[in-house]
Amino acid sequence: MVSQQSSGFVQAIQLGKRVTTSEGPLVILDDINFSIPAGTSVAILGASGSGKTTLLGLLAGLDVSSTGQAMINDIDLGGLDEDGRALLRADTVGFVFQNFQLLSGLTALENVMLPLELATADKPRKTALGILSRVGLAERVHHYPGQLSGGEQQRCAIARAFAASPKVLFADEPTGNLDQATGKVIIDLLFELNREQGTTLIMATHDEELASKCEMRLQLRGGKLVNP
Amino acid sequence: MLLFSWRNLWRDWRGGELRILAVALVIAVTAVSAVGFFIDRVDRGIQQQAAELIAADLVISSARPVSDGTQAGAAALGLKTAQTMQFRSVAIAADKPQLVEVKAVSQGYPFRGQLRITDAPFTADRTTDEIPASREVWAEPRLLQMLGLEVGDSLQLGAIRFTISHLLTYEPDRGGDMFSIAPRVMINDSDIIATELIGHGALVNYRLLIDGEQTVIDGYRRQLENRTGSEEKILSVRDSRPELRVALERAQQFLGLASIISVLLAGVAVATAARRFARRHFDSAAIYRCFGATQNRIIIAFSLEMLWLAIIASSAGVILGLLAQAGISQILDKLFLTSLPAPSLQPVVMGYATGIILLLGFAMPPLLSLRQVPPLRVLRRDQVPVSTRGWLIYSAVFLSIGSLLYWQVHDLKMVVSVMGGMLLTISILSLAAYGLIYLLTQFRQRVGVAWRFGLANIARRQSDSVIQIVAFGLGIMVLLLLSTVRNDLLDGWQQSLPLDAPNHFMINVQSDQVEGIEQFFQQQGVKQPTLHAMVRARLTSINGRKVSSDDYASERAKHMITREFNLSPASQPQVDNIIVAGSWWQQNDQGKPLMSLEAKLANTLAIKMNDRVSFDINGSEREFTISSLRQVDWQTFNINFFTVVPPGVLDDAPASWVTSLYLKPEQKSLIAPLVKRYPNVTVIDVEAIMSRVRNIMDRVTLAVEFIFMFSLLAGLAVLYAAIQASQDERRHESAVLRTLGARRSILLRGLFAEFITLGALSGLLAGFAATALAWVLAEQVFHFPYQFNPLVGLAGITSGVVIVGIAGVLGTRRVLSQPPVETLRRG
Repeated sequence: MVSQQSSGFVQAIQLGKRVTTSEGPLVILDDINFSIPAGTSVAILGASGSGKTTLLGLLAGLDVSSTGQAMINDIDLGGLDEDGRALLRADTVGFVFQNFQLLSGLTALENVMLPLELATADKPRKTALGILSRVGLAERVHHYPGQLSGGEQQRCAIARAFAASPKVLFADEPTGNLDQATGKVIIDLLFELNREQGTTLIMATHDEELASKCEMRLQLRGGKLVNP
Repeated sequence: MLLFSWRNLWRDWRGGELRILAVALVIAVTAVSAVGFFIDRVDRGIQQQAAELIAADLVISSARPVSDGTQAGAAALGLKTAQTMQFRSVAIAADKPQLVEVKAVSQGYPFRGQLRITDAPFTADRTTDEIPASREVWAEPRLLQMLGLEVGDSLQLGAIRFTISHLLTYEPDRGGDMFSIAPRVMINDSDIIATELIGHGALVNYRLLIDGEQTVIDGYRRQLENRTGSEEKILSVRDSRPELRVALERAQQFLGLASIISVLLAGVAVATAARRFARRHFDSAAIYRCFGATQNRIIIAFSLEMLWLAIIASSAGVILGLLAQAGISQILDKLFLTSLPAPSLQPVVMGYATGIILLLGFAMPPLLSLRQVPPLRVLRRDQVPVSTRGWLIYSAVFLSIGSLLYWQVHDLKMVVSVMGGMLLTISILSLAAYGLIYLLTQFRQRVGVAWRFGLANIARRQSDSVIQIVAFGLGIMVLLLLSTVRNDLLDGWQQSLPLDAPNHFMINVQSDQVEGIEQFFQQQGVKQPTLHAMVRARLTSINGRKVSSDDYASERAKHMITREFNLSPASQPQVDNIIVAGSWWQQNDQGKPLMSLEAKLANTLAIKMNDRVSFDINGSEREFTISSLRQVDWQTFNINFFTVVPPGVLDDAPASWVTSLYLKPEQKSLIAPLVKRYPNVTVIDVEAIMSRVRNIMDRVTLAVEFIFMFSLLAGLAVLYAAIQASQDERRHESAVLRTLGARRSILLRGLFAEFITLGALSGLLAGFAATALAWVLAEQVFHFPYQFNPLVGLAGITSGVVIVGIAGVLGTRRVLSQPPVETLRRG
């Protein structure tokens, strides 16, 4: 279904985000342009407050831009309404978050089943069990997030992100809440699965070592792209 | 989607998110279906037993003997007939008098249903096709208990000594206990004349029972309906026992209203719990959105989840309602009918509808906000949905309650007034609760740390505190009204009567007995009672225009126009009468066809001063001119009449006489010799009737209290919902306080302080409101001085403190048992 375009699978064209505060308008992102080919891994780097998370939100269609366009597979996200973007996400996009965002009332298995159920996939349980076993949580499928360690929670989140075989995976500081050793294991897992599924991986991070594993780097400073 | 929502239901249930919602729903559905099942059983009983309830296919009922023409009409069509006469009289056994309801029946009675008799109390009864033989009486078992008699003993009724041959345990056309003031005795109608019980103007209900082919009966009925001017009433299977229907309708409205209070309070619990549920699902909704769920999909998923919950909780509620219904039936045993059939499925539908409407009406507004959760929340936790508009919430709630109420009472006007009343009550209670909380905060600095902590909690969560105080206050208020205040009112009313207020009525006295009776009392040293003559008459026309019940819209007017009036001659108005229009007649008006009419009746029947009213008196027409209108105080137990005429105007008409008198306890023994000497005279002991009425009222009150217990349970659900909503905050506070060195006992005392105060405020409010309502009822409605009873407030506060204090601490104590480090780590 997804055709690889020479212009890139994920694109930002003069993308900008402005918000109004009590002290007047505030520019968070300004004139961002880039194009990411399918299957590429990309690191978005920058200090706190540089606009990494905002850019990620705009590219994933979780937020709408003030100017310019964010496109996935040649579809302008700004041209879709909220439900249209939701359907695109269901079809194409996966997420991994810094604070895992597992639902505390659901077991690991149920958390992983969730995107499959929402996409009305066949046999969600079987698929979820398969991927949980792939991330090394076969023994802990019935545990609740509160009963899992940080590393296990992030593995569960990665399993959830890959469960519906997304074409593009957005990761927001995926190792930010983990110690160095666990973080390394998680990153290896993320890249392994990325290779296996041929996913486009777009990751916001300030970890240079992690960024070095990516094929492409986007450096943000004060809401602007420094080395596109 | 169905499967998804079903799974979500179980996930949320496991997480404890839905329990309070489910409990609130179960309480509401149980209350509504318990009432529904009971009313349905009585309703079906009336329908199924319609023919039995009049003991025939068609009945002609009249205050005078059924006319020859009517009887001949039935005979000409080959219809079978039987007759009954019913009246109250005094039976005597071993010089002990007892008011009884006599029924004299002819051969053939009853055409529908069967009499049941037995030979000793508490033994199995049997059906019989017989009627009492001549000089034999069948008596209701309780009469034997009252008079200490056995089967085979004799019982004096009027001039005849009857032998009690059987005990009468069932009579198809009697109806439930509600309609029987005194025990029944049944005799053969061939004995009536010999008893000398029925004199001129005696209050008797004559009935002609008819049996035959339905088509012939229909023809006969049409014939009767075409007659005009007859006071004979036709009762058929279709409209059998209107008084039973009216009683059932009242019961339905009253119990229905009682159950709606539980629904309303359960709704508050549902709304509170749903608000927390929605808040705790912001993250799930954001994740759903993030993984591609559309707004509609999210709302459908949550709605379906709620629908599943409503169905499951309603099922439990309906089953519990069926069990609770058995409780009401037990309390109101035989009040309506002697036996009740099994209920139909209609209350089940009502139960489910209540559950679904309640949950959707109260839970949907908060849940709708989940639709608005921005997906960006997965990256930025500070993103929250715009809250649902207030008017949407209140309209949904109002509409839900209104529709459920309408379903219960079937009366739009009543729904509007009840909703208005509820709104007003809740507003007043809320304002008062705000006031009390404000006053409380003034004391905060003067109490110890634990109490300060507790009081601070009440003040900080002010809206929640007000909701809890009002919810409990409402429940406690109703229970106070039904228990303490009801008795206070009855006692107050009794105390307001003068000590020598008449406690006996004498009716059916004949003109030639007046002098003898006056002498009798004089000889016995009893304060001379005034006997009033009265002539039975039927209103036929007003200002020359024939009147019929069709001319009036109000039920009271329809009833009054068809009943027999008692025209009473008097030279002076009774002392408790006030002339409000026109003037009383003078000496020279004696014998003139004037009439003084009771003002309220004049208003009901739209009769004005100087109108001409015609009455049928013993077959001849007489016209009177309205010369005055009177206001009458009916509560004095003095004899009073709607229609009074000047002396001399009715001298030629057959009159009977009535009086009311006060007999000291030791003078009650005079009744037996009096009745022996004048068998046709009926003496009614007001105290005995009052105690019977009180007994029926006690049973009805108990049934209503039973239903209101659910409102107290719903109040608990509100409390728990509010506790749950504040649980995370409480946990955090308690962790911080313990980190700062607060001992567990101090925190526990703080919780006690908080909930005891909440309970005390609810009870105080309930006590005030119940007392205020009682004052209004006493002074404004029943017109007697209300005795303030401080116990009402005390009872309110005590019950509030005990219930809310214990429930509150039980609900929050887990907060204290959690290690603070665990809470703080979680943030």
